[in-house]
Amino acid sequence: MHPFIPYAVASVLFGLGVIGVLRRRNAILLLMSVELLLNAVNLIFITADATLPKTAPTGQIFVLFVIVLAAAEIGVGLAVVLQLFRLKARINVDEVPLDEHQPEATHDV
Amino acid sequence: MTGLDLLLAGIGLVAVGAGWAVVATNQVVRAGLWLVVCLGALAAEYLLLTAELVAWTQVLIYLGAVVVLLLFAVMLTRAPIGPSPDLDRKVGPASVVGVGVGLSLGTLFAVAYGWTKYALPAQHGNAETVGGPIFTSWVLPFEVVSILLLSALVGAVVVSRGAK
Repeated sequence: MHPFIPYAVASVLFGLGVIGVLRRRNAILLLMSVELLLNAVNLIFITADATLPKTAPTGQIFVLFVIVLAAAEIGVGLAVVLQLFRLKARINVDEVPLDEHQPEATHDV
Repeated sequence: MTGLDLLLAGIGLVAVGAGWAVVATNQVVRAGLWLVVCLGALAAEYLLLTAELVAWTQVLIYLGAVVVLLLFAVMLTRAPIGPSPDLDRKVGPASVVGVGVGLSLGTLFAVAYGWTKYALPAQHGNAETVGGPIFTSWVLPFEVVSILLLSALVGAVVVSRGAK
């Protein structure tokens, strides 16, 4: 097994993910590109782990943790995106007003 | 080049092509379906690299849960069926940065590993060999991750309930 082959695949996938994150305007497609980034890193972990046969499979354990973190990230991210859609009816990330001042919440006495 | 190398390269080509389609297509639903192909091909690579447990976790969680969640979100935001023209910004700057990042990563690995050959370990990634360390030396991060998942769940509920 030549580890450069999966490493090259992971590098290309990471580059594609970066292109997607920078280029996409639709927030859901942006989250899909983030998944590409995470999977490229996972492939690097697995390959590095396969080149160390004598030790415990630490790389694979890291990948399991990354998968769990990705699940948590996608849950919260999609909740934010759906809330944005409910407020603005659009989910293009470059139309989100960052400097809009929200009025202070009034507390009922 | 052995048969294993050829398989790794072929499945890797499938993953890269599907990843390119995820980034380049102008139909939202198709991007999600190409993501299925890409993640499935990566699961096959994990199987070839002896990481059985991780491969099936990938199939269960990524293909089973994350992609379904993404497709639900596509439906809930009323994405149009068919091509949408306004999904992307200009491709120039993004592709400069992306190609730069990919090339530098690839160069790093080429310098670090070259064309060296490794023998694949036997029985390195089944549930026993991975589960043992998780429940002995990695048990604290495991519990922390479970708390993090719970708080992410609660956070998602709070965010989508909206401000009162």
